[in-house]
Amino acid sequence: MGFRRKDLLGTRDLSADEIRTLLESAESFKEIAERPLKKVPALRGKTVVNLFFEPSTRTRTSFEIAAKRLSADAVNISASTSSVVKGESLLDTVDNLQAMAPDIIVVRHKSVGAAHLIAGHIGASVVNAGDGANEHPTQALLDLLTISAHKKLGPGLRVAIIGDIAHSRVARSNIWALTTLGITVRVCAPPTMLPRGLENIKGVEVCRRPEEALDGVDVVMMLRIQLERQDRLLFPSLRDYAAIFGLNRRRLALARPDAIVMHPGPMNRGVEITSDVADSEQAVILSQVSNGVALRMAVLFLLGGQGHE
Amino acid sequence: MTGNIICESSEMGRILERIAAAVLRRNQGRQKLALVGILTRGVCLAQRLQRIIREQSGLELPLGSLDITLYRDDLAQATHHPVLRKTEIPFSLDGATVVLIDDVLYTGRTVRAAMDGLIDFGRPQSIQLAVLVDRGCRELPIAADYIGVEVPASTRDRVMVRVAECDGFDSVTVMPRSASPVSSSGGE
Repeated sequence: MGFRRKDLLGTRDLSADEIRTLLESAESFKEIAERPLKKVPALRGKTVVNLFFEPSTRTRTSFEIAAKRLSADAVNISASTSSVVKGESLLDTVDNLQAMAPDIIVVRHKSVGAAHLIAGHIGASVVNAGDGANEHPTQALLDLLTISAHKKLGPGLRVAIIGDIAHSRVARSNIWALTTLGITVRVCAPPTMLPRGLENIKGVEVCRRPEEALDGVDVVMMLRIQLERQDRLLFPSLRDYAAIFGLNRRRLALARPDAIVMHPGPMNRGVEITSDVADSEQAVILSQVSNGVALRMAVLFLLGGQGHE
Repeated sequence: MTGNIICESSEMGRILERIAAAVLRRNQGRQKLALVGILTRGVCLAQRLQRIIREQSGLELPLGSLDITLYRDDLAQATHHPVLRKTEIPFSLDGATVVLIDDVLYTGRTVRAAMDGLIDFGRPQSIQLAVLVDRGCRELPIAADYIGVEVPASTRDRVMVRVAECDGFDSVTVMPRSASPVSSSGGE
């Protein structure tokens, strides 16, 4: 039992034990959101910098609220993508930040490995809040926290992930974390959105059709179609995508009757998910958001709450 | 097991009965009386007190549990990684008289943290402190209102409380620190 890392960069190298420690801590942090006074002094005097090189409202706000509820001082820096290209300039930015002695840096960047690069460069703890299409570990962990409120995490559980797997760091982090816990992951995407080699990961099943992926699953995770990538012609039209891969009542009926429906947001209603499904009793999409704050409190607490030896 | 046994199960029961009676006597006529145990063994003791009070007086006192990890003053120095457990205070503390319960009173730092934690949930009318063992060596100006047993021990001693709910049996023991088992699970 324990979590003794300096950084949280991905779920790929987390052990089942570390994942469970994070989830158990997060479970205890949930209660703070229900207090009249939503603040505890655990990270008093610590500085958390949110360094976002990509637009984000949900994740940045979630980290900011998490830091503030732990009494840390949270600073947001949104660098426009155009001002920072790669390599040296990123490290220069980070050097400048380091000179102001932050304790934790939460970073989102369009380049794969950006958080790793920063983590290896500075003494502060680094949390990866998304690096290109690589990883978004806190999203996967909050998804696990959300599932654990409804289902037992472990072998026997089946999760379908449907959508743009190739460009999704959410899918990637979820696949690593879920399979580490022995959970079966079925992935389904148009061939243009399906990375090669997924079937070689133990515990992953690749499905051609969503009907196949949904059959008897406990959890359905729909991914966002990134409308901004539409110019790349990964599928003929949004209407075709919705017709073939979108989650509607009829398709959801193939999953277990008590299956839960998840979406990392922001949703394109009528594209990857119909409104009636998104607003149904089976949808736990807003719980994901609430759990995000508790999970990020746990991450910040475990990274910043004590000295690293 | 090595060490000096201070008390065992039947005696612990009698001590708790005495504390329960004292709590009732002192708080006669109070409208909002509540028990809050400090995790982990304080909660077990609080549950027993709640049961004894129910048997003695028919009063059903609300019971809460408090994890003080987030309020510790030594988080930065702690070499072990404390696991956060669930705080549950399912009633309003505003205007309440709260009896805070812990197994051992030592430096007073846990109680200081617990009071900070409680006050985040509301403004109790008053907070009282009940402990099974007072072992002395205070580092903060804190005293208990109800003390089960006083065990004068030095900082070189280890005072262990075990309760059946967590450890399978009840006991209070004192032993020199060097002789105590490394992975000992008892509350200190």
